[in-house]
Amino acid sequence: MISLLLILLPLLTGLAAFFIKDEKLVRTWAVLTSFATLTIAILSLCCMNDTKSLNYHCEWLPSLGASFSLKMDGVAQLLCLLNTIAYPLVFIAGWDKTYKNAKNFFALMLLAQAGIMGVFLAADALLFYFFWELALIPMYFLCSQWGGEKRVAVTFKFFIYTFIGSLLMLISILYLYGQTPDHSFSIESFYNLKLTSKQQSIPFWLMFVAFAVKMPIFPVHTWQPDTYEQAPTSTTMILSGVMVKMGVFGLIRWLFPILSTASFVWGDVITLIAIIGMIYASLIALRQDDLKRLVAYSSIAHIGLLCAGMFTQNASGMQGVMIQMFSHGINIIGLWIVVDWIERKTGTRKMSELGGLAQKAPALTIFFVIIALANIALPLTNAFVGEFLIFNGLLGSFTLYNVWYTVLAGVCIILGAAYTLRMIRKVAYGEVNELTANVSDISINGKLALGIIVVLILAAGIYPQPILDLTSGSTDSLVDKFDILRKALLK
Amino acid sequence: MNALILSAILGVILMFSGILFKQKAAIRNIAITGMVLLLAVNVMEMCGIVFFNVNTHGMIVFDRFALLFTTIAFASTLLYLLLSARDMEKVGVNYAEYFTLIFFILCGITLTASFKSLLILFLGIEIISIPLYILTGSDKRNLKSNEASLKYFLLGAFSTGLMLMGIALIYGAMGTFDTTSINIFTEGKPSLLLVTGMLLLLFSMSFKVSAAPFHFWTPDVYDGAPTVFTSFMATIVKAAVFIGFIRLFDEAFGLLRPEWKLFVALIVVATLFIGNITAVFQQSVKRMLAYSSIAQAGFMMMAVYAMNTDAKEGLLLYAVAYSFATIGIFAVLIKMKDYTFDGFNGFAKHQPLLAATTTIFLLSLAGIPLTAGFLSKFYMLKAAMVAGNNLWLVIFAVLMAAVSVYYYFRVIQAMYFKEGDAQPIEVSRSFKLTLVVLAVLIIVFGIYPDLILSHLYF
Repeated sequence: MISLLLILLPLLTGLAAFFIKDEKLVRTWAVLTSFATLTIAILSLCCMNDTKSLNYHCEWLPSLGASFSLKMDGVAQLLCLLNTIAYPLVFIAGWDKTYKNAKNFFALMLLAQAGIMGVFLAADALLFYFFWELALIPMYFLCSQWGGEKRVAVTFKFFIYTFIGSLLMLISILYLYGQTPDHSFSIESFYNLKLTSKQQSIPFWLMFVAFAVKMPIFPVHTWQPDTYEQAPTSTTMILSGVMVKMGVFGLIRWLFPILSTASFVWGDVITLIAIIGMIYASLIALRQDDLKRLVAYSSIAHIGLLCAGMFTQNASGMQGVMIQMFSHGINIIGLWIVVDWIERKTGTRKMSELGGLAQKAPALTIFFVIIALANIALPLTNAFVGEFLIFNGLLGSFTLYNVWYTVLAGVCIILGAAYTLRMIRKVAYGEVNELTANVSDISINGKLALGIIVVLILAAGIYPQPILDLTSGSTDSLVDKFDILRKALLK
Repeated sequence: MNALILSAILGVILMFSGILFKQKAAIRNIAITGMVLLLAVNVMEMCGIVFFNVNTHGMIVFDRFALLFTTIAFASTLLYLLLSARDMEKVGVNYAEYFTLIFFILCGITLTASFKSLLILFLGIEIISIPLYILTGSDKRNLKSNEASLKYFLLGAFSTGLMLMGIALIYGAMGTFDTTSINIFTEGKPSLLLVTGMLLLLFSMSFKVSAAPFHFWTPDVYDGAPTVFTSFMATIVKAAVFIGFIRLFDEAFGLLRPEWKLFVALIVVATLFIGNITAVFQQSVKRMLAYSSIAQAGFMMMAVYAMNTDAKEGLLLYAVAYSFATIGIFAVLIKMKDYTFDGFNGFAKHQPLLAATTTIFLLSLAGIPLTAGFLSKFYMLKAAMVAGNNLWLVIFAVLMAAVSVYYYFRVIQAMYFKEGDAQPIEVSRSFKLTLVVLAVLIIVFGIYPDLILSHLYF
């Protein structure tokens, strides 16, 4: 029941927001509802966490074998929490911004939240596909309407990429549906499928492409830097902080349990692709002058590590991914808030034109440095725990090339430190120039949002155990599945 | 049977109403009242109330499938008349006759949906076609309209010839026009005569639904015909011929599937490819819609190819989704003076409601979830998948659906994101209301298609 509420609340309040004419009112409305949704998510974590209140089931299309069923396991809880934390942060940080047609903006943002929430909760393949697309449509309108100069073309590229990916996933779903004995789209029937490794290959790749585009993984990442750069920053925060996790989540809930043999067989290839993408993105990030593009490429590198971590298919790697999914979401929203503030105050995103912000905006710089250090995964920050576990997993993964993978991925950490520190040096330190001379320090709402982010970074960095406990159920069952597979193959 | 007789009577009534009433509003009101009556009578027949009991000697069967489709067709026509009946005034002076022809077409649609004998199919298709030739050329002073009408007539007559030839050959092989008897006799190796006749029928039906490579008339005719009538012929008529198509190949040639499977698969691929790729390059929204109707026909052809229960259900849903959405878009397009994509620039600013509903129609045509268009495409893909070993066809269809997003979204981009001053248009309150009803119906059927499909099995 509580899962249904998590979808319905943003959906209905989003629809209502279309009719609120007053800009100030609609902004307040959005903030309040996002806090209400957050409250429900927290409730689902601490008091109403029995399966009866977490899951929901009702008939939908009995003739097709599809039902409206929602399931909230540990991973879903974690990601719903991320989704509900992200929205208040985004709205608070953007409190002093004005939008043309504000009611449509906030309405679409809330609708996107409902769609994303549905993706994390759906326990029926057709329903999952429905939400997968529904999350995309509001994003399309948000980016095309309120974005930068080249927004229409760039957003359309993004849309086409994801749309093709999701259509291929639809075929895969249809194929698997055809194999179920009871002709049902429910996740249990899919989990009980017994397919040979030959039967699994095609649906595996069809589905993986959809998730790979969403994450995005090299070589289908090309929509990402452009979209992050052109989209309105509030939308970029949701895109990079939350939506990207839809792809990783798809791996955990749909791809691995259903097509586990193929995931095991193709694991090496995909890890290699992911690591190539990491190095490639890190090298490009080194050469970026535009802050937004730098963060975008750094995000590709981080997501590549997440993907590689998933395909280690062992406990350490997957647990690391869980923590890192949450951490990446929080950190990148923090980075965007800082970048957005800099852009709004100086009118530029070019690092070569910035400098000396530490003197003019000390509070901003402190937040900036902490978040940037989290981005390089320094100990005591949340990303350290996640990345450490992932590296541990990579080294212990069941492949001939585990050492190589670890070394190559490790290089990316060094590169990551290089470009992040270069960014801090160029933006925060150095001479004050005419562009940065009149910069005021970050406003109170920005401080509040960044403060929450820093607290979360440190909290998860020092005591990550709650996240591990929350998700261990899901990862353990996957790890067991892969252990059995491995043993069967070794014989 | 109710609808068949009433539609013919209504046609005659409207023919004379042109003489009796000079006021156009009166004629329009008669037509709309007649349409409501027709729909009501047909729904009554679905509930078991039959007014006319004529012995057709098994040549016509009003089963659930036929009745459900005619209900859909009548409901779509009613919405079409509510939206666009006013705009027919601009076409020419013979206002009453346009309605007459539309009612005669509906009579033909009823026959095509419920035939049990090849002769009735032929009659139905012809009763649909001949009024359409006239409607296409109804803008008498417009050269393009004349050209379209002539083209349509010549090619249509040729395909009718093919159809007759096919029917004759089948009669020669089997000695019967009855569809079920043809199917029973074909067990064992089918005779060459029968297969040739079947192929001729396949080609002529493909012509009527504008499937490639028999589609060449479509863009010119749809573009040349007055837009009000393009809307009617591209939607309701096309869906009706598809219903006849699937009926024919299910009942008469079901056992011959190994013979025609490959041909239909090739037609599906060619139609999807040509329709979608050519639509990308169009500069006029009207012409784009003509090609999009070819592309959508490709998807509907998949139902003929798969030929199972999913396909039949899906085709009904497709008929609803496609007709509703296209009627809606055309209704808005008719109001515009500039049919190019640029004509829509900045449309959302002047007409937020119209732009929003048009967006829903376009999303439905593109097959985005939450609209009926998605589920109907989904049924088609599922039907093809269940029919076995068709992964390649499904992947191809899906890639083509992705191409279609390009040209449908161009209109959305023009309306919302491009700066420009779309010419101000005047629309009435009832027009807006009908559009909203249409959009809501599309979304409702997109979430809960059983509202329609459950009527198939009672």
